[in-house]
Amino acid sequence: MIEFKQAAKTFQIGKREVTAVNNVSLSVAQGEIFGIIGFSGAGKSTLLRLVNMLERPTAGAIQVQGVDLASLSQKELRKLRRRIGMIFQNFNLFTSRTVAGNVAYPLKLGGVPKKEINARVTELLSFVGLSDKANDYPEQLSGGQKQRVGIARALATSPDILICDEATSALDPDTTADILRLLKKVNKELGITILLITHEMHVIQEICDRVAVMEDGEVIETGSVFDTFTNPQHSTTRRFIQSVQQDLPSDALLKEWRAKGGRKLYRVIFKGEVASDPVLSRLTQQFGVNFNIVYGSIRELQEKFFGNLLVSFDGDRHAVDLLLTALRETVEIEEVAVHES
Amino acid sequence: MKVDWTTFWPRIIESTGETVLMVIATLIFGSILGISIGLLLYVTRKGNILEKQWLFQTLNILINIIRPIPFIIFLVALSPVTRAVVGSTIGTWAAIFPMTIAASFGIARIVENNLVGIEPGVVEAAKAMGASPFQIIFTVLIPEALGPLILGLTFVTISLIDFSAMAGTVGGGGLGHVAMTYGYQRFDGSVMLVTVVILIILVQVAQWIGNTFSRKVMRR
Repeated sequence: MIEFKQAAKTFQIGKREVTAVNNVSLSVAQGEIFGIIGFSGAGKSTLLRLVNMLERPTAGAIQVQGVDLASLSQKELRKLRRRIGMIFQNFNLFTSRTVAGNVAYPLKLGGVPKKEINARVTELLSFVGLSDKANDYPEQLSGGQKQRVGIARALATSPDILICDEATSALDPDTTADILRLLKKVNKELGITILLITHEMHVIQEICDRVAVMEDGEVIETGSVFDTFTNPQHSTTRRFIQSVQQDLPSDALLKEWRAKGGRKLYRVIFKGEVASDPVLSRLTQQFGVNFNIVYGSIRELQEKFFGNLLVSFDGDRHAVDLLLTALRETVEIEEVAVHES
Repeated sequence: MKVDWTTFWPRIIESTGETVLMVIATLIFGSILGISIGLLLYVTRKGNILEKQWLFQTLNILINIIRPIPFIIFLVALSPVTRAVVGSTIGTWAAIFPMTIAASFGIARIVENNLVGIEPGVVEAAKAMGASPFQIIFTVLIPEALGPLILGLTFVTISLIDFSAMAGTVGGGGLGHVAMTYGYQRFDGSVMLVTVVILIILVQVAQWIGNTFSRKVMRR
């Protein structure tokens, strides 16, 4: 659906060259919600703007639905942009137009007959739950309502793709959840492919199917949200994950545990189906080892179980070793290191 | 010397008409020219939809050259051009021409300033929806800046009433001319008072119209 091929974008700021996007290759599939996460300045905003050519790449290529964007004339590009809806962190609504006027705008640009516009606007406003606000002006709306108008406006031309530039970053947690539900509805009910950028990991956790992590203009990790959360490869990714879930107790607490003569801790991770198998109980009984769950959680992630437990084992050393080997066949286990700092 | 009020009142009405004609005609022509130059200035700015550095710089410098010239001097300096265009350097239309030129550069700057105040994200949103530069100008830039633009034009209108008084001194007619000939040259305070009162009323009416329209557009 969207294909980045070694895409790069360099800005000339005075005499300095700044590389915002560096050699990014990504592929967004039809019908998925793809998230790009990164700290501010990572280049995700620029990357997003390459999709509708608000920024032109300085190297590499971008294909949307198999069409190389560089090959399009200005006119063709404007036509393509009507098939790519876009929403923004600051909503960017027209203050001179009413809610209905904002939603009608892209249709007016496309020369749609007035009667059809009115019907479509009514339909869209009901889809985003703002039917009663049609004649209000943007300044009369709350942040969440403004973003709903933004979404309705972006959907007006029935696009195939919706790109979201930090769409929830200016909203409070409750409103964020509302908007995320709406985006999910857009994806499920209308079958629209969504590419979003964010610096909030819970946005990724909440609605994305796949994620790419960006740092210094490059994509450093990409994969399904479940795999990335359960098995992050890069330290930046781990930092993002820790922002939404604390998989390990703090170093201070671990040191205290060790200082008080606590046993070695093992991190046991089990994913999906494994959760239904009482493996820990079964194997510890088999090897005559006691276990103690010190810390952890079992959660739902992408509609699958994800367990992360810190366990200590009490028993004969040889038996513990055998137990660990047996456990490794079904779950992931690693010893928890205590950082001396 | 006593003023003959029976001939004076028709004279006042006639010159008020001349002033109003000068101001309104200048406002119309000056707005067309000024808004065009202002828009051109904005869209050719660095990073904007039709970026053209050389054009932006040329216009920018041109405005900065014309604007500081005192209007009375500009009026005289432009007279050869006025003669070529209007056919004369005396009369109401001969005043309207230099007034229009001077006003357009002022209006251009006001238009540019108001456009710069528009949230760039709004323009980006329109672009992302597939708007052409032409559509962006007429469906985003102008409507979004309309409220402050009306106030800016009101401000210009009031300076134009001032300009028209000066144009009067070089044969443009109007209230300024009456005030100068009767009041200044013949030391008749009562005539000057009447013209000043009329000028104040004109200014009040212009400001009231401007405020009403801008409030309607800006909803505050």
